[in-house]
Amino acid sequence: MNITLRALLGATVALTLAGMAHAETTEITVATVNNGDMIRMQGLMDDFYSKHPDIHVNWVTLEENVLRQKVTTDIATKGGQFDVLTIGTYEVPIWGKQGWLVSLDDMPADYMKDDLLPAIAGGLTVDGHLYASPFYGESSMVMYRTDLMEKAGLKMPDAPTWADIRKAADAMTDKANEIYGVCLRGKAGWGENMAFLTAMSNSFGAKWFDADWKPQFDTKPWADTLGFYLDLMNADGPPGASNNGFNENLALFQQGHCGMWIDATVAASFVTGKDSTVADKVGFALAPDNGLGKRSNWLWAWSLAIPAGSAKIEAAKTFVDWATNPDYAALVASKEGWANVPPGTRTSLYANPEYQKVPFAKMTLDSINSADPTHPTVDAVPYVGVQFVAIPEFSSIATQTGQQFSAALAGTTTAADALKAAQDITTTEMTKAGYIK
Amino acid sequence: MARKSSTTAKVVVTLAAWTVGLLIFFPILWTILMSFHTEGDAIKQPWDMLTSPWTLESYAEVQTRSNYALHFYNSVVISLGSTVLALIIGIPSAWAMAFVPGPKTKDLLMWMLSTKMMPAVGVLIPMYLGFRNLHLLDSLTGLVAVMTLISLPIVIWMLYTYFKEIPGEILEAARMDGANLRSEIIYVLTPMALPGIASTMLLNVILAWNETFWTLQLTTHNAAPLTQFIASYSSPEGLFYAKLSAASTMAIAPILIMGWFSQKQLVRGLTFGAVK
Amino acid sequence: MATQQSRIAARFMVAPSVGLLFVWMIVPLVTTIYFSFLIYNQLHPERQGWAGFDNYYYFLTDRSFLIAIWNSVVLVMGVLIITVIGGVLLALLMNLPFWGQGVVRVLVIAPFFVMPTVSALVWKNMFMNPVNGMFAHIAKGLGLQPYDFLGHAPMASIIGIVAWEWLPFATLILLTALQSLDSEQQEAAEMDGASWFSRFIYLTVPHLTRAITVVILIQTIFLLSIYAEIAVTTNGGPGTASTTITYLVALRSLYDNDVGGASAGGIIAVILANIVAIFVMRMIGKNLDA
Repeated sequence: MNITLRALLGATVALTLAGMAHAETTEITVATVNNGDMIRMQGLMDDFYSKHPDIHVNWVTLEENVLRQKVTTDIATKGGQFDVLTIGTYEVPIWGKQGWLVSLDDMPADYMKDDLLPAIAGGLTVDGHLYASPFYGESSMVMYRTDLMEKAGLKMPDAPTWADIRKAADAMTDKANEIYGVCLRGKAGWGENMAFLTAMSNSFGAKWFDADWKPQFDTKPWADTLGFYLDLMNADGPPGASNNGFNENLALFQQGHCGMWIDATVAASFVTGKDSTVADKVGFALAPDNGLGKRSNWLWAWSLAIPAGSAKIEAAKTFVDWATNPDYAALVASKEGWANVPPGTRTSLYANPEYQKVPFAKMTLDSINSADPTHPTVDAVPYVGVQFVAIPEFSSIATQTGQQFSAALAGTTTAADALKAAQDITTTEMTKAGYIK
Repeated sequence: MARKSSTTAKVVVTLAAWTVGLLIFFPILWTILMSFHTEGDAIKQPWDMLTSPWTLESYAEVQTRSNYALHFYNSVVISLGSTVLALIIGIPSAWAMAFVPGPKTKDLLMWMLSTKMMPAVGVLIPMYLGFRNLHLLDSLTGLVAVMTLISLPIVIWMLYTYFKEIPGEILEAARMDGANLRSEIIYVLTPMALPGIASTMLLNVILAWNETFWTLQLTTHNAAPLTQFIASYSSPEGLFYAKLSAASTMAIAPILIMGWFSQKQLVRGLTFGAVK
Repeated sequence: MATQQSRIAARFMVAPSVGLLFVWMIVPLVTTIYFSFLIYNQLHPERQGWAGFDNYYYFLTDRSFLIAIWNSVVLVMGVLIITVIGGVLLALLMNLPFWGQGVVRVLVIAPFFVMPTVSALVWKNMFMNPVNGMFAHIAKGLGLQPYDFLGHAPMASIIGIVAWEWLPFATLILLTALQSLDSEQQEAAEMDGASWFSRFIYLTVPHLTRAITVVILIQTIFLLSIYAEIAVTTNGGPGTASTTITYLVALRSLYDNDVGGASAGGIIAVILANIVAIFVMRMIGKNLDA
């Protein structure tokens, strides 16, 4: 046994050394999330390599929260592990302001910066400089079962109000047969239930902070928002909703248990795809409003950014250009069809008659255009962001308030207590962070 | 345990053991079954899923998307390397503490265990900075070093436990026969402690294999083990259970094999009748 | 048995592990203590300076702090009870002769092989989901209302999942310990007319106390730092029903990027873990030498 141990150890050391010794070309490391469009991009790398044989790309694919945290650690400690980052409209304003990102003002002409959708570009620009190139854009909208609506004798307007939604949900609910009128996010998390509730609150005239950064959970609009949400979910929502995020609701809808689902526009391709049992019975509508001037849809874009500490900025820019200029869309279309082109980034895509044939293209575009991150709420606010507040403290604050609202949905606390807790938590954190003097 | 066992007793025990075993194994069995279906079918109710078409599509996708071979190699180096290193350092220490205990031995053991009390998230930044300065980020060396240090207290504790079972008389007898310390450990102690060493090795390899914090934080692509391979299938928006199951099955398979060989060591019992 | 020569040799043999672990402990510990007194937030590099005890103050007065301690203790106690009792029973069962012993042993140990994140996901979605999950399916088949495990009994559900993951660990250690049970002594007792039960109580259990002690101590350390299962299933909710101390530290570190706060939290967690360990040692520590 001892000889085996020794041999094993020797082999291990030898292999380790060998592994470390391999030489590197111009390698760039790209950190990305595991979403369908990114996966597709990894499959199309042959095209990139044929155009740029001197650059090799190493992919690091991780779950969103882990990725965000890893990348933040690396950037803040100047670890230099990444050359291209996939980050979102939440991080870009914060990191751009810190000077952590390379500005993309000098991209080549074929990049066509003016072609970017204004709402998206606005979310990625700080002080007039573009700090990330959008790769995928989404908003949120209503997906509903056309057959269930028909059975209930109702018609869904293209731009419904929350009252319409409530009526439709009540009519479609059939708990005995496990059909729930509406499935909404309830899992605690700043990117989970709080993203949805924040966007929803915009349509009720609510806001997170006033001009002095004082939290607004003690105001009527927020009470209305939470009250309406809880009523709706208790009457027409599925059991266990307090732990449901996007994927859980997707599973429910695909299995036929939901009458409506209000969530990211990307869901449209899933619920009408091959894994869905109700693929041919889905209709779409804009996210609801209350007639106050803001709808309840959100805005998010996954974008490629280059950290300022990267040693390979030129190669990184070349990659970012390839991945996000209009030619890439044409490439995807030629290989996998127009329905699979990453949505929500460029005006030219939506002007393309081929793309207009894709079933939910227009609805997605309308949703994106109706969300303005620089003016997300009815009243003026000191922050940007539609379903989030682009300050670093938000992810922690909103996760904690998300926990409270999820508890209200689970029934372990009342709406009033949840709002009070949210107010306390947010006030404490904002004071600690120095926003509230 | 009684030598003679009637056949009825054996049948009853067999039934009981298999029932318990299958119940415990069931979630894993389900994961493996899910991996052979499409995403849409994988989430269906039990009977529906089993009767829907079986496919290797999830495995195919996992294979094309990620570099299983590289991740597997990294996992093996990290897990095996760190466990073997920890054993090499740990066996002498555990011997000393088990057979030559001093007044401070128990305190020393507790102190070793206490090195594991700090939540890893709390030391993330100091570690990351340290690794950056030593150019150990994304390197197998760095990771093996960290995992060895993490495993060392557990290895020593477990070995200590098993060594305490071995009567000192046998070792003394060997010494009186002229064996020096080194051969005492290698030729007398180790064979007798084989079941203990085997289970220590198995458990620590698994702990290292599944360690998700440091293996994700300190690596990007070169040294990324299977934990990153699996983590990359967690999708924020889009069902991934079938693919995750496939990735998981591919990650567990090697350990199942190792587990099979290790548990064989547990069949051999120590016969202390030899002491007399 | 311990001669002067072997004492010196012993010290040499322990030295490498002690030395390495000392460095491994002291360097992160000192840096963490240092950071805990600083204002150090990765997303606000412009804010520098000495924080004094502020970070500690904020962590200790966090509205979730006391609940987090309670939940951490509940989690550890719950899992320990299930795994130790279950582990002893399973180890005894696995030690008996039966057909297919090898295969069943691997089946029983298998839950430990799966990555905790994957386990948690499978349990959450495939079993505990009140609409799609298998438990719901069975309940409906029996005519009962499905139960929302993670919504209404989050800690119990998480304890269940974690106990399932760690039962193999306890079983394996206890099974290994059973291998060194003196069979001759057992046979002699049997021939003297002792029943199975009294053999169990007076021979087997005392023999296992050391192994049980080790299982308890090692598992306590690991269970105090469980994070993945909570994050995947409930994210600490509903409310703070499943928030543990580790989760609080993770909030500071991973979401807030507040290195100062996370470091203070880490130190507090270490202090709490030490208190737990001293407590446990006092209760069962003497078994280590038995």
